[in-house]
Amino acid sequence: MGRKNCRCPLLFGAEFRRFSLDRYKPGKFEDFYKLILHIHHIANLEVMIGYADVHGDLLPINNDDNFFKAVSSAHPLLRVFIQRQDEVDYSNFGTNTLSRKKKALVTLRNDNLRRRPHINISMPHDFRPVSSIIDVDILPETHRRVRLYRHGCEKPLGFYIRDGTSVRVTPHGLEKVPGIFISRMVPGGLAESTGLLAVNDEVLEVNGIEVAGKTLDQVTDMMIANSHNLIITVKPANQRNNIIRSSRMSGSSGQSTDSTASHHSLPTSHVLQNFHPDEMESDEEADIVIEGGLEPQHIPKLHSLTSSSLSRINGSSLSHRLQRDLVLNNNSGRESNGNIHKLLSSLKTDPRHSLVIPRGGIEEDGTVITL
Amino acid sequence: MRRFLRPGHDPVRERLKRDLFQFNKTVEHGFPHQPSALGYSPFFRLMAIGTRSGAIKLYGAPGVEFMGLHEENNTVMQIHFIPDQCQLVTLLDDNSLHLWSLKQHKGASELHEEHRFTLKGPPGSPPSATQVTAVLPHSSREVLYLGTESGNIFVVELPSFRVLEDRTITPEAVLQRIPEDNCNRRSCELVEALREHPKNHSQILIGYSRGLIVLWDLQNNKATHHFLGSQQLENLYWQRDGSKFISCHSDGSYTQWPVSSDNRQPEPLENTVPYGPFPCKAISKIYWQTTKNGLPYIIFQGGMPRASYGDRHSISVIHGSQQTAFDFTSRVIDFFIIFSSDPAAEFEDPAALVVLAEEELVVIDLKSAGWPAVHPPYLASLHCSAITCSHHVSNIPLKLWERIISAGSKQNIHYSSMPWPIDGGTNIAPDPPQRDLLLTGHEDGTVRFWDASGVCLHLLYKLSTVRVFLTDADPNDNMNTLGEDEWPPLRKVGTFDPYSDDPRLGIQKIYLCKYSGYLAVAGTAGQVLVMELNDEDAEHVVDHAEADLLQDQEGYRWKGHEKLKTRDGPVRFEAGFQPFVLVQCHPPAVVTSLALHSEWKLVAFGTSHGFGLFDHQQKRLVFVKCTLHPSDQLALEGPLSRVKSLKKSLRQSFRRIRRSRVSSRKRRGGGGNSSEEMELAPVQRKIEARSAEDSFTGFVRTLYFADTFLRDSSRHCPSLWAGTNGGTVYAFCLRVPPAERRMDEPVRAEQAKEIQLMHRAPVVGILVLDGRSTPLPEPLEVAHDLSKSPDMQGSHQLLVVSEEQFKVFTLPKVSSKLKLKLTALEGCRVRKVTVANFGSCKTDDYSENDLAVLTNLGDIQIISLPFLKLQIRYPCIRKEDVSGIASCVFTKYGQGFYLISPSEFERFSLSTKWLVEPRCIVDVPEVTSNNHVHKSGTENATRKSRGPGKTPGDCGEDERKSGRLMEHALLNDEKVLKEIQSTLEGGRGRRDHIPTSPRNRTLSIRIQKLCRKKFGKKSVRTWTK
Repeated sequence: MGRKNCRCPLLFGAEFRRFSLDRYKPGKFEDFYKLILHIHHIANLEVMIGYADVHGDLLPINNDDNFFKAVSSAHPLLRVFIQRQDEVDYSNFGTNTLSRKKKALVTLRNDNLRRRPHINISMPHDFRPVSSIIDVDILPETHRRVRLYRHGCEKPLGFYIRDGTSVRVTPHGLEKVPGIFISRMVPGGLAESTGLLAVNDEVLEVNGIEVAGKTLDQVTDMMIANSHNLIITVKPANQRNNIIRSSRMSGSSGQSTDSTASHHSLPTSHVLQNFHPDEMESDEEADIVIEGGLEPQHIPKLHSLTSSSLSRINGSSLSHRLQRDLVLNNNSGRESNGNIHKLLSSLKTDPRHSLVIPRGGIEEDGTVITL
Repeated sequence: MRRFLRPGHDPVRERLKRDLFQFNKTVEHGFPHQPSALGYSPFFRLMAIGTRSGAIKLYGAPGVEFMGLHEENNTVMQIHFIPDQCQLVTLLDDNSLHLWSLKQHKGASELHEEHRFTLKGPPGSPPSATQVTAVLPHSSREVLYLGTESGNIFVVELPSFRVLEDRTITPEAVLQRIPEDNCNRRSCELVEALREHPKNHSQILIGYSRGLIVLWDLQNNKATHHFLGSQQLENLYWQRDGSKFISCHSDGSYTQWPVSSDNRQPEPLENTVPYGPFPCKAISKIYWQTTKNGLPYIIFQGGMPRASYGDRHSISVIHGSQQTAFDFTSRVIDFFIIFSSDPAAEFEDPAALVVLAEEELVVIDLKSAGWPAVHPPYLASLHCSAITCSHHVSNIPLKLWERIISAGSKQNIHYSSMPWPIDGGTNIAPDPPQRDLLLTGHEDGTVRFWDASGVCLHLLYKLSTVRVFLTDADPNDNMNTLGEDEWPPLRKVGTFDPYSDDPRLGIQKIYLCKYSGYLAVAGTAGQVLVMELNDEDAEHVVDHAEADLLQDQEGYRWKGHEKLKTRDGPVRFEAGFQPFVLVQCHPPAVVTSLALHSEWKLVAFGTSHGFGLFDHQQKRLVFVKCTLHPSDQLALEGPLSRVKSLKKSLRQSFRRIRRSRVSSRKRRGGGGNSSEEMELAPVQRKIEARSAEDSFTGFVRTLYFADTFLRDSSRHCPSLWAGTNGGTVYAFCLRVPPAERRMDEPVRAEQAKEIQLMHRAPVVGILVLDGRSTPLPEPLEVAHDLSKSPDMQGSHQLLVVSEEQFKVFTLPKVSSKLKLKLTALEGCRVRKVTVANFGSCKTDDYSENDLAVLTNLGDIQIISLPFLKLQIRYPCIRKEDVSGIASCVFTKYGQGFYLISPSEFERFSLSTKWLVEPRCIVDVPEVTSNNHVHKSGTENATRKSRGPGKTPGDCGEDERKSGRLMEHALLNDEKVLKEIQSTLEGGRGRRDHIPTSPRNRTLSIRIQKLCRKKFGKKSVRTWTK
């Protein structure tokens, strides 16, 4: 366990140091790397440096760019994690760091890469996945099942849906049926940035449940309820970018493949193949439980915070959680690593510790709608 | 869903579910929404009310009610009972006529529509030719006379609705015998009124709109008399002996006319404008009732001086020198007089005036001095002030019940002691299984206590919280209007008063502890009142405390209403619930949740800013907790900006519509309108995860007291739980001093847990299950031996219900154990949730607790505890009916109420065991089809025979089978019985010509069965001899 921590009093019985850097001129990564090794007296070791970003995710520092990004994102503290190169578990970087279980998909990918020599550019696994196309093998070619990962990131899901009519091929000929369509993409939103969803795509399923016969409001509620792990099956309005499968006859039903007006019945089993619902549940919803009394009103304002006071507050509340988490899990290296993420993320998600009322800002009227 | 309805479920469980759950909408309580017509049968003493939505409701004795719905959903314009028959005819605004009848089915009477009919004129005639304006069911029960706009009076045979064309009374026929200088064709346009002569059934009085009145002889088909009124006619009424009649007119006058054989064109006896001499409004309906003492009652609607009182809705009663104009707060739909129904009686002797106003039913006792109002046992105006919340308490202990009734009876002293005059039919429903209270909170700061045990929702007691506060309203406001020399002599009647003096007084949350009689009531301006039941009037000071829920947070400015001002010094309270503690929240936002623990003497309350706990024994605030999210966008900008943005979006959408209209008009020249749809931007919904920054996350949705294991698994302690709109659950550990030191030591509270649900959906329910997975009992329930004490050995579980999912956690360590995701799977959200106890209809010893859930789609789901399995689902309320869904309350035994209109609660039942529905019987004389055979002969006999059956005690199981037969059997007279049989057989025999027809045989078997039940074997033997 060669992890060390800088500028933040947080580690599992390991060393931690605090030092300062110039926020605006942090220098080069190379120098920082040397500094770290020097401070910790580990000059002879190959280490991987990571940091906790504002979302509580562990991200790597391995070149000038992400070093600069890391320093600039610090407000005012930057938590840096140092790990021996050979112990680095890449799966801990970037991915949904709230998760306890690792997705098979991700681990699979990492197995091949794990022992590769370290290259100082960001690798695919250094990024959080934001979306993926799944179940390509079982869906008709005209359909696309898109999974949007949203791990408490600031980026909004960013799309709107509307009612519309869709043309279906039925035994009685063409038939107009009501459908739900994507009506708008928010620029810069998650949905837009994936490039997998587009305006006028028809929504067929939400997390494996068909939307046919459901109202717009119902589908909205379903999507919001699944928002942390939204899987939507769409029939893209633009059918030219579809994945063409080699020789196999398309789809399951063998109906017309006319791309614009065809209807493929979805696979009879509505279970999402690559994504079992139980798995989905277990990793998405870690409700945060805080034991003991925390009196939020005593927390001083953030902008007047000294670093020592922050550490006191965080330290006290964290010690509760640390204790609990350590009891909960067996202390295998990986899981305790996961705990760091959890702690970080819970720190972030508990707003009382980071957000305070701006001065003079809040006003309210008495009319409140009661349900 | 697929996961919960997996095939291969347990067949035993499926069978059990059938024994436990059943969905029924059982009865509509309250006052019909938008009534439009009134009818009354003096013979059956049944009243019928029709509504604008096409519903028809019959009411008799308390508990006797029937409902029917016209398929057309058109406004019911008129209701007429067929004389002495369980049949009525309704006229809808689409000019269709409907015949309804009460028939017995499975031992209870049911209302069915039998025939419908629309009068058709000759081809090419205008629609006004057949537009029905007046309906007269003739006492022969064979025909209906239908007056029309064209002046024709059509005769229609009953029940077939066959038009008897040869008997039509045309204006031409009428004018034949009238001198032409007085009348022309236009005098006979629009039949305004048709009245049958009270003595001579072959004469009818026809009133035309322009003032001409004609007495028509049906046998000779000619007009015998005609009366020339100078004013537009509104209505007619016969004097009982048929020697005079009275007409009322559009200028506010009424006229008496003599009817004698010698004078064929009599002059009016008397013409009066009761509220003259200035111009008056029309008198639209009039009654003339004779009495023994000679002074008649003249009762009429309207006629007020146009300029100063033209807006009043009044009915005037004149009796000798007494005159009162009853002043109603809503439009008068119609009225009738209850008088002696005996046709042989010389005088009418009116007993009561029944007035159907738009928003309430008012009955005036005309027999008692001062003409007081009668307290109606049903048709209560739930909405006398708008309902703002409701709370149901099941199984009220008798002691509390009696105390509430006695408090209520002191409020009702101004009501007449007359028994309810509309008392037809017999209620044969079993007695309600328990005493239930429904409490409704109103906009004017009152709480009404309703007896919700049975079919009749009856007001027991009304509590007003206004007295605690200083309001602008002058309490003597009503007194001022009661001057002595006022003319017209107006008198306000009824309870409907929709105008609230101060909206801040509105009641938002109610909690009643049925064991201790403590009541907590919370309102719109953050006021929380704790009350105690006191049987005597008392004057005392209400202790007052303020709870600052913001706890000195800076930069916050409340822009809403101010808090209510309290009255200084002692306040006098009438017997009943008397407040002793007032807590006012700061900021004075509406109280969104309330919980009372009568054993610990604590009350918890929450608003959109936070929640607090108050010790009402020591009268001390224990703690407050601010739940307001600092970055709450709405709170930052203030809801005003939201109103603005709503305005803006409204404006935009109007513009869009206007633009599309303009452009479509332009395009009409070009032809194509395909892009028109595209231009109107469709409704769209934003897909965004809930975040901590959302608005109103701090809104406290639910509060819950529990004695459970919050800190560790060895010691349990009192705790308070709160759930917010942002998916946060707070748990506070409470230390309540033991009873002997309760006043000396303070109650302490310490936050023990804070749970943030990741899906951040609003928390709508919190519940702790004991070691046996049973919900913890209510406070004092165990102390009163009404519940097993909770299992404190096994581990407790916490159930958190959010709008999106149900989740069970372990205690004291909160870790997720089980969940049911509702929204993710079905797209519906939880609106209301309650634990309900369901008993099996098969065995008395089995019952279980389940969750009754109402979703935003209006579905009701039953979800098992503790395993959270969906048991059954029923569609209940239309999903568009937002106020219906918002108003729903469940009872503890699987029933519920929701508002179907501002004034009506629909009652429903989910349980097979607890079912409150009307079950009643109206004795029908057997003259439905062959009435002409019995017509004159049996009429009196059947009428007399109704006597014994009407006493409620006599109705047994058998009476349901055959009401009239058993009444005779009750006389224990075998001769009578034989007579019945012979008449029945005779009657049938005459028609069938075969005495031993199968129908006949089943009939006699039925009689045999009846006799066996009633008299035992002996009498059957004698009878069969």
